Amino acid sequence: MFMKIPTDKLQSEGMARRRFLRYAAAGTAVMAGAVIASCSKDNSKQNIYNDHVDLGTGDIAILNYAYALEQLEAAFYTQVIASPYKNITTSEKSLLTDIRDHEVSHREFFKTALAGVAIPKLTISLSSINFADRTSVLSAAKSLEDLGISAYNGAGYLIKGVKYLTLVGKIVSVEARHASLISNLITLGSFADSKVIDLNGLDSALSPQQVIPVINTFISEKKILAPAFGVY
Amino acid sequence: MNLFSVIDEIQQVDPEFEDRVSPRRAAIKNITSFGSKVAVAALPFALSTLFKKAYGQANAAVNDVLNFALMLEYLEAYFYNQGLAQANLIPSVHKSYLTTIAGHENKHVAFLKNILGSAAIASPKFDLTARGIFGDVLTNYNTYLIVAETFEDTGVRAYKGQVGNLLGNQVVLTAALQIHSTEARHASAIRYLRALRGINIKPWVSGTGTVFNDTGVIAANASYANENNTVQNGIDITTLNAVNGTTSITAAIEAFDEPLDKATVLNILVPFIVS
Repeated sequence: MFMKIPTDKLQSEGMARRRFLRYAAAGTAVMAGAVIASCSKDNSKQNIYNDHVDLGTGDIAILNYAYALEQLEAAFYTQVIASPYKNITTSEKSLLTDIRDHEVSHREFFKTALAGVAIPKLTISLSSINFADRTSVLSAAKSLEDLGISAYNGAGYLIKGVKYLTLVGKIVSVEARHASLISNLITLGSFADSKVIDLNGLDSALSPQQVIPVINTFISEKKILAPAFGVY
Repeated sequence: MNLFSVIDEIQQVDPEFEDRVSPRRAAIKNITSFGSKVAVAALPFALSTLFKKAYGQANAAVNDVLNFALMLEYLEAYFYNQGLAQANLIPSVHKSYLTTIAGHENKHVAFLKNILGSAAIASPKFDLTARGIFGDVLTNYNTYLIVAETFEDTGVRAYKGQVGNLLGNQVVLTAALQIHSTEARHASAIRYLRALRGINIKPWVSGTGTVFNDTGVIAANASYANENNTVQNGIDITTLNAVNGTTSITAAIEAFDEPLDKATVLNILVPFIVS
């Protein structure tokens, strides 16, 4: 699996060490350099990267976080439709085109809503995905949708403005509809299996500290930092 | 399962949590180290007991939201349990699909009851035919799936309409969002099941400038009111860039699900409630 999130390992560690390991989870050469840098400095640095994207603070940071997620999802589905996998069916192409259009509209919405405080366009690298292969594409799609749902669910309580919280609610349920459909395309009946829904019937929720390093694995140039969320 | 994460989160909002709850954190950690089936089976209860003990004195507004959610879950659980109990309703190839959903709805009931404790409402008595509107709901599989679709889509809207009442509440809001996205997965799954049976329906709620209810079931109109909204936070989505040109009205409608307020949801449920 190309982006398994090692949450069990992360959660079993102490706070400082946990934060450190979350960096390591990103696992790229660039990130490894950052981890080394962080060993000799305290955590309150924003200059570990010479060149980075800072999400900002408060609700702006949450909305920029959402904008980053939607940039990633939109870039992925745009590529899926630009170079469809072998033997894609008419129905699958239609459904995936719908999803692409939803993600692009989410991305453009956040870009417009954030206007002058929006993060710049991220340089997304999807080279780990084989776009010619159905299994590779659908498993990546499922991972991205599940990541997005977990991110929105886990960040909801951080939002101060009711209208932004409602907005997140309007988007996350559409992402959940996508995740369900993609799972069903992979294996009919797996739309909400025990890999994503826990023993209380709850979908997953992840903190920005858990999610941002995963987003960063798909960014080839300026990585995301979010001191407001403890991501340096 | 994010058990330790949940405990950390509770402690962030409630520093005395660890002192007040029993079993204590060390004991909880031991539950997972047992690694036995018994211990795993005990976890859901243990976790929701933690919620209950930490928030048993939750304020009335939060309890109102939780009881509203509980009523919806009672209805959904009853609906799926009754459906699965009928001898000739659900085709055998669809049984496990619907059993998955039923399992979640029953877990939601147990979870919410456990949090609410003595404040939990009892289950109303339900009429799944909605006073005859869906008279053959338990004998005609097509009708059954229509009602399932309406319940799931309405449930998603109902939870979404309540999030503002839980603003900043790390434990309860997060749990509500986690149920909300589970229901949205169900809604998509029921819609896809109908599509596989030849019905012209998408996994997401679609529409046009004049069609707000994409199910074609007029009796369900109230559940889809305003779902064809295309303006979000003052931004007309149809003016935004798309891959080609600007965003189509269809995409603008589908990309955002809309909330429903409590009064509207309760009105929708009236025909399903006997007492």
